[in-house]
Formats: sequence, C-alpha cells, structure tokens
Amino acid sequence: MLAFVVTSLVCFLTYLFLTTGSGSIAGLWSIEEILLGLLLSLFAGFISQNIFIKDSYRMANPKRWLLFLVYLFGPFFIGMAKANFDVAYRVITGKINPGIVRISPGIKTDLGITMLANSITLTPGTLSVDVDEKTNDLYVHWINVKEEALKKKPVDERYICGSFPKWVRRIAE
Amino acid sequence: MIATYIIYLFMGIGIFFMLLGGIGLIRFPDVYTRLHAGTKCTTFGSIFLTLSVVILGLKTWYLGDVNGSVLAIHTIIALAAILITNPTGAHAIARAAHRSGVKPVNAVVDDLEKEEKKK
Repeated sequence: MLAFVVTSLVCFLTYLFLTTGSGSIAGLWSIEEILLGLLLSLFAGFISQNIFIKDSYRMANPKRWLLFLVYLFGPFFIGMAKANFDVAYRVITGKINPGIVRISPGIKTDLGITMLANSITLTPGTLSVDVDEKTNDLYVHWINVKEEALKKKPVDERYICGSFPKWVRRIAE
Repeated sequence: MIATYIIYLFMGIGIFFMLLGGIGLIRFPDVYTRLHAGTKCTTFGSIFLTLSVVILGLKTWYLGDVNGSVLAIHTIIALAAILITNPTGAHAIARAAHRSGVKPVNAVVDDLEKEEKKK
C-alpha cells in the first residue's frame, strides 16, 4: 500500500511539473489538468508500484537527494568542466596515450555503481567500458594514461575519478 | 538586456564545444577515443545550449508570459535526459566494441583483455 501511495505521488508531482502554464490555480495549473493528472498517476502507481520500489526506501531520504544536488553542481560539475577543456586540448593537438585500466572503487549497490560509471564517462578523458559484476570493479578507457598510476594494480581510483566514489557512497549507500 | 547577452555567450560556448566534438570524431584513431570526443564535447555543448534556452524561458516568465515556465522546465528535463542517456549509450557502445574484438589503437595497457583471456 505504501509503495502504491509513494509511486502515485511521484507520478503526480512529475505530471504537475510537466504541465505548468495550463491555467490559473496557483498561477500555473488548470483544474482539468490536476484532475486528469491525479487519475493517471493513480493508474500508473497501481501498475508500476513493484517496479518503482524494489527493496528499500533508502533513496526516499531527502538528505540523499540534497547531497546528490550538491554533488551534481559541486565536485561533479568542476570535474566535467576540466574534462571538457582537457579533451578539447587533445582534440586540437592530437596528443593521446590511451589504455584500459581496472579500478576497484568498492561500491556495493547497483544504483551506486551506475552513478559512478556514468560520472566517470562524463569526466576527464575517461570512459567506463565494462563492469565486473561480482566485485563491482570497473574497466575504464583512459585517454591519457599516467605512468605512475600503473605501478599498482588495480589502479588507484584517485587518478581516474578523484573524490567521486566517496560522494557516491554517501548518496547511494 | 543582460540576459540576452548571457544567452548569446552560452550559445557561443555550446556551439564551440559541439564543433570540437565534430573535429574530434574525425581526428581520433579508434572507436574509444572517438567516443570520448563525442560524449564529452557534446555533453558540455548541449549543457550550455540548453542553459541558454532555460534563461530565455525564465526571462519570458519574468516578463509575465506563463508559457516561459513551460519552456524552462521542459528544457531542464531534456537536459536531465541527456545527462543520463549520453554516458549510458557511450558505455553500451564501448562494451559492445570490446566484446566484438575491437582493440584500442596504440594502447599502453589493456587490463580488460587480460581478464577476458583468463576466463
């Protein structure tokens, strides 16, 4: 029952978010849109409650979402901006030194490893190629392999993604 | 008035990175490095292009047209979709390429290849 209510609520909020500007309730919505949204979100909640909420309500904690936003606009955005200037430099000069390395960030949940892999793909010269599903180790294609990073295997994740694993662990675990 | 200049500035940055992405696609030697150029520059490019649209929407909303909110919010959702699907797609292409035997050109090290041989 709780899963149904939560799923419907999320659907309803999303619907409201998408239909701003339709009328005059609170300056943004019309009564028809609100009624239709309520009906549709109850229907969608009934169908998809078991898919949307699988094991726990860990991610329902607003503190995690706040941390996610801080991460998105803080360390992640800085990392991505650096990535783009680095890759721009390599596009212009053509200096590359590529290779595939293995990192072992030690993250346990599926959501966490998805978030980390996506963050890595969006940041400096790194692209996650494959994942070891038993240990959650990532194989990362690195456009500019540093010599000192190869001394230790698996490679220290500090070289690849900085403080991302620490943030992901705080958000998703 | 300042908002207009910011919109032009962001569009300029966005188009510059889109252009670099295109050049990278031609210059880089193999599929993995080309994916770097494609994902990175396109992501940064589309972030700035969508941000300029968001600012235009907010400006329209501020000037009293409620349709501006539709423009701003829908563009933010489009940006979120790009930020999720872009790395996922790149990851899928890279994985498929490595599984079908495409080796990275000039690779210094390839840990994944060793791993596949062990199995």
